[in-house]
Amino acid sequence: MRMMTSDEDLATAAAAGDGAAFAGLLDRHYDRLFAFCFRLTGVRSEAEDLTQDICAALPAKLVSYQRRAKVTTWLYRVAVNAAHDRRRKRATYAKATTGWGDWEVNRTAAINDTTEKLDWLTAAMNQLNDDLRDTLALVLDDMTHAQAAEVLDVSEGTVSWRISEAKKALRAIKEQEDMV
Amino acid sequence: MTDDLNDLKAMMDKATPRPDAARRAENVALAQKNFADLQGSHDGLRPTAVTGPKGLWTGVKTMLNTMTTKGGLTATTALVACGLLIMTPQGQDLLRPPSNPQITMTEFDGQARAPQPETTTALVDELREDMSAQDATSEFDAVTLPAPLVAPPAEDQFADRTLPTVRDRAPASVQTHEMESDTIARAAPEAEIREESTTAMVAPAVPKTSEGVANLSAERRIVVAPAPSDDIAIAPIGNTESFANEEANPLKITAEEPVSTFSIDVDTAAYAIVRSSLSRGQLPPAQAVRIEELINYFPYDYAAPEAGEAPFRPTVTTFQTPWNADTQLVHIALQGQMPEIAARPPLNLVFLIDTSGSMDDPTKLPLLKQSFRLMLDQLRPQDQVAIVEYAGSAGQVLAPTSASERTTILQAIGSLGAGGSTNGQGGLEQAYSVAETMRESGEVNRVILATDGDFNVGLSDPDALKDFIADKRETGTYLSVLGFGRGNLDDATMQALAQNGNGTAAYIDTLSEAQKVLVDQLSGALFPIAGDVKVQVEFNPAQVAEYRLIGYETRALNREDFNNDAVDAGELGAGHAVTAIYEVTPVGSPAQLSDPLRYAPNTVAETSNELGFLKLRYKEPGEDVSQLIETPIIGSSIAGTDASFAAAIAGFGQLLRNPQYLGDWGYDDAIALANANRGEDSFGYRTEAVQLMRLAQSLSR
Repeated sequence: MRMMTSDEDLATAAAAGDGAAFAGLLDRHYDRLFAFCFRLTGVRSEAEDLTQDICAALPAKLVSYQRRAKVTTWLYRVAVNAAHDRRRKRATYAKATTGWGDWEVNRTAAINDTTEKLDWLTAAMNQLNDDLRDTLALVLDDMTHAQAAEVLDVSEGTVSWRISEAKKALRAIKEQEDMV
Repeated sequence: MTDDLNDLKAMMDKATPRPDAARRAENVALAQKNFADLQGSHDGLRPTAVTGPKGLWTGVKTMLNTMTTKGGLTATTALVACGLLIMTPQGQDLLRPPSNPQITMTEFDGQARAPQPETTTALVDELREDMSAQDATSEFDAVTLPAPLVAPPAEDQFADRTLPTVRDRAPASVQTHEMESDTIARAAPEAEIREESTTAMVAPAVPKTSEGVANLSAERRIVVAPAPSDDIAIAPIGNTESFANEEANPLKITAEEPVSTFSIDVDTAAYAIVRSSLSRGQLPPAQAVRIEELINYFPYDYAAPEAGEAPFRPTVTTFQTPWNADTQLVHIALQGQMPEIAARPPLNLVFLIDTSGSMDDPTKLPLLKQSFRLMLDQLRPQDQVAIVEYAGSAGQVLAPTSASERTTILQAIGSLGAGGSTNGQGGLEQAYSVAETMRESGEVNRVILATDGDFNVGLSDPDALKDFIADKRETGTYLSVLGFGRGNLDDATMQALAQNGNGTAAYIDTLSEAQKVLVDQLSGALFPIAGDVKVQVEFNPAQVAEYRLIGYETRALNREDFNNDAVDAGELGAGHAVTAIYEVTPVGSPAQLSDPLRYAPNTVAETSNELGFLKLRYKEPGEDVSQLIETPIIGSSIAGTDASFAAAIAGFGQLLRNPQYLGDWGYDDAIALANANRGEDSFGYRTEAVQLMRLAQSLSR
């Protein structure tokens, strides 16, 4: 019966304290959430940790859920914010290692469990700045520019601009590597 | 190009791993556990205001909003408003002559806690405003902003809530043995571990605050409480509030560390947060209790400086500690002068208002609007007001307008509506650039940020933001922060912003608090009379064996910072009073907690009967060079009403936070002491404090 209920109804019920609704909602979205976290971070272990952060905080966040937003939009926004938060924390640990160091750490981690092709993609994505990376992750997750704009709370034009910037940057990275 | 993206997507899809099943089960379980935990405290997150009138109000508003013709609108507005009033129980009072017209809760969108007398015409006016706001197009002036700051959001403290912070605790090292007792390096981050406490060797040492004699029980406590790593301490699971606080100041031994240095603190946010927690039936989180802010919340009748003296006058009294017959309290009071109000310079105020979705709550945006209306009455025609709101994007709602144009300003305030997420930083940049356009020499420039603390999207690197605000402070534009609502109040960020902006952080939970902050004490909040006020006390080891500063943990300064004019400290506003209390143990008192050393020379030649020496540094507004005030602290005297009341509040704060030094002294004693020293209390603040003590007492049983 729950399968028939809309995400929004489940979220509203969960916000009002319905445990079963919350469990159902999480079960429905966990895999997609994890996949999105992976796109945001590019490293499996990071993605697992990020998902854990989100799961831990989700009940408290749910209280502020408002029906006018789609659950997926809302959830992705929570995820993007959580990812920012993690990056900020990591940045305070090791300001000096951001940039190259960060990329290198991710690259070595990535080598262990992904194909070489993905390695390139992760590394390249990690060279993008956070805004571009978040936007790209959303669009790669089948979101339209309008939906991504809603999640990130920017205009649709900004999303389109960021995507073209991201493409440009990726192309530049590829060309550079081809030259080497 | 699109192909690029499709390739990328295919690549990404192929590469995305399946979630690990074990982790998945674990994470889902964690989420469900948190969900279940949250249900217990769910009521706490809900505002206590009644919802009934809100529904009614909304209905009428919707109905009115759908009316279109202007004439019908004006006529029916008055009719409906009166009819509505008379239907409500409070409205019935209107029919009875001639008692002060009462206003209904509907006026406040369910603000039941702060009903305020208002006339019927005011209600009608408001209805009109609300409707005209619908037409008013909010214009967005494109302003050239400085290059955006870099940064990730300081939003919710995700990781903090799940993993206790360990990184800042250095393990206790063996090197403690090498330390000479008389040369304890003050900067050394390791707490000195005494020989007999071998068990404590496993305990993590504490960062800077506890040098020397953190006694065993204190250390044990510290092990439990995660050390605050970067000013940000975390509220309990269940909401996203965070509070700024440090470990309670430990006892210091005068012979080892005779000098204590701190910056004054005129914020009052902690008291309002404590009050709001208690009125909701919960004890406040210990981290939320900053004792100096509790004490400084109350107006005191300290001796004010004479004309021609320094802008403030220190008064020092020493009297017996209420909670310990063998120690004394040194009560240091600074009273700022009250410049003639009539001669005050014109004010340029930029209200920066958070209109994110989370502000949609009776205790947030509606209360904020109401508060600003109160404040507007205090302004003069020469003063200028501008309003910038920030939600998903920042926008100017009201261009700089003379305070005499009440209708325009009230309309702009009425047009604010909550929605979207928060972009604190974009708004801040815009508010400052608006303030820049209003600047004129000799005028007071201030940005007043009103928020529920939810700096979501965009406010990135807190350090970059602080730098930005500190930069602006140098150019003469100051920042004050008003906090509203509970649930995701980011007290830590509020504090940091106000401290860097030379402003005050106040928390507004009721309309009467708005009255106190924005009306009664407006001049103090907006006109600094002394900047970078630092306090340094040197205790005389011949008279005082041990001392302890109560509160001011977040305001501690290094000894050498006192004379360094480059180090920032708190501002003192016009008419403000600041109180600091030390508990001191006289030499030879049975209350002495530390044993005398066996090998170090113990006796200090008695050279003076002064308990200590008080030094104050401050800068005149706009000056770069500080001035010095010095006065000795002499022996016992009788506590006045004000000093005794401050002591009662200091005791109350410790009961809420950490009663380790209080012995058997409890809420009963605090209530009795505060009650006996309420004094004139013309605003009723002290009476309210006694009520809060009673509430806390029943909650703590």
